Amino acid sequence: MTGWVGSLFARELRIAVRVGGSGMIGVLFFLAVVSVIPFGVGPDLNLLARIGPAFLWIGALLATLLGLDRLFQADRDDGALDLLLMAGRPLELVVLVKCLAHWMATGLPLVVAAPVLAIFLNLSPTAIGAVTLTLLVGTPALTLIGAIGASLTVTLRRGGLLMAVLVIPLTIPILIFGVSAADAAVTDPVPFLTPFLILCALTLISAVVGPIASAMALRFSSD
Amino acid sequence: MAIWDYANPTRFLRLVEIILPWLIAACAAAFAVGLYKSFFMAPEDYQQGDTVRIMFIHVPAAWLAMMCYSIMAISSLGTLVWKHPLADVSAKAAAPIGAALTFTCLVTGALWGKPMWGTYWVWDARLTSVLVLFIMYLGLMALWRTMEDPIKAGKAAAILTLVGALNLPIIKFSVDWWNTLHQPASVIRLDGPTIHPDMLVPLLVMALAFTLLFFVLHLMAMRNEVLRRRVRAMRMRAASVAAPATARATAQPAE
Amino acid sequence: MDPFDLGPHAGFIVASYIVTFGTMAALIVWVLVDRARQLAALKELEEQGIARASARRDKS
Repeated sequence: MTGWVGSLFARELRIAVRVGGSGMIGVLFFLAVVSVIPFGVGPDLNLLARIGPAFLWIGALLATLLGLDRLFQADRDDGALDLLLMAGRPLELVVLVKCLAHWMATGLPLVVAAPVLAIFLNLSPTAIGAVTLTLLVGTPALTLIGAIGASLTVTLRRGGLLMAVLVIPLTIPILIFGVSAADAAVTDPVPFLTPFLILCALTLISAVVGPIASAMALRFSSD
Repeated sequence: MAIWDYANPTRFLRLVEIILPWLIAACAAAFAVGLYKSFFMAPEDYQQGDTVRIMFIHVPAAWLAMMCYSIMAISSLGTLVWKHPLADVSAKAAAPIGAALTFTCLVTGALWGKPMWGTYWVWDARLTSVLVLFIMYLGLMALWRTMEDPIKAGKAAAILTLVGALNLPIIKFSVDWWNTLHQPASVIRLDGPTIHPDMLVPLLVMALAFTLLFFVLHLMAMRNEVLRRRVRAMRMRAASVAAPATARATAQPAE
Repeated sequence: MDPFDLGPHAGFIVASYIVTFGTMAALIVWVLVDRARQLAALKELEEQGIARASARRDKS
């Protein structure tokens, strides 16, 4: 049982981090987005500290969306997706494993990069810790919800833009609670734990809904 | 099951032919009564003055925008669970109407907000939720348009509609939460005014009129969609025959 | 009370009614134009002698 899950996970991870994988490009994109923000809003450090968590979250959201179209597209192009579909394994679990591997390759580097970028935005140490923690909990949810969009648009040749449009409305709650929790750690209008626990709950919900809907879409796209 | 009697598109088209004139007549009558009542009978609101008349179209549009999404969600269940052949036709036909209704709701809401709140837009929970609903309608329409095969597009859109239906309450809840956190300095009275019966009657009549209009448009759009699929099937047949005489017909796009 | 005196915010009221009925009219026009297009396409195809599947069998 665990044998194929482990080997699938290892395969996905190897593909994602090898040359041509999008993990590092996602981090570069994240860096680029965060570094243009001061040019947009001005170099006022107090302002940057106040809106910094929000921009780190939006940057992470955009970077995640950018890498998501490769989640199933590459497998479809070389036929591996059909093999996965015919393998007789629970497709929901396959999707979940693929999402986890994809997150390890693209989401985790974003989380690791976030504290560095937070320094540019003049965040306090508490805020840096809070943002990193919320990103660590929240970015898997972005990947899992994005998987729905990725599998819906897998048959389209240039589905990346459409996928982003479809996915962004669904990620609003995660963005809200991620930023709220990060803000709450600094300027406590509410305790940090309340929005943070809701964010955890949202991640758990998307770990259920994402793979089920995504597997359903993949089955329909193949027949 | 009665609904299966109309799985045959020809039989459905025949039913539409019978129902539609009555629906149109009822819709026109309801609009006539509703508009008369809302302009000539309804008194000015003591707080809102004459701008309360915007509510007579704003509120029904908002109700129907939500009802339209519910219909699409039920149709999506019909597509995925019962595989009813008209379910995805219904969902596809409803999406542009729902988008138009949410658009109307947003614009009339903004036009009401300017004289009442002094601003066209506030990031209130309800307004934001309707905006998200609008984006989701447009996204669904884009998904329908980009996929060529209507059956596959129907299934994909059905999954997205159902995920959206699961998500909308969560979005509403989180936007509510976010909104109380970021309460603006000037507290605006966002809950609707208590409704006087003199205003409730025109409001309900207008709601009925909009509902009838929705069903008229929905049935007509469904009929168009059935015809479009028929045309598409015939063009594919013509292409598969591959006679040179039919090359002209297949050169046109399927949509 | 004069029904045509809409108070100080008449512009907003008229504008919202115009937008609403403009949008609804656009929907109606779209539905009718679409129907005409599909019927024309059907007619053209039938003139070319392409029969519907249901013309030969009972179900399409």
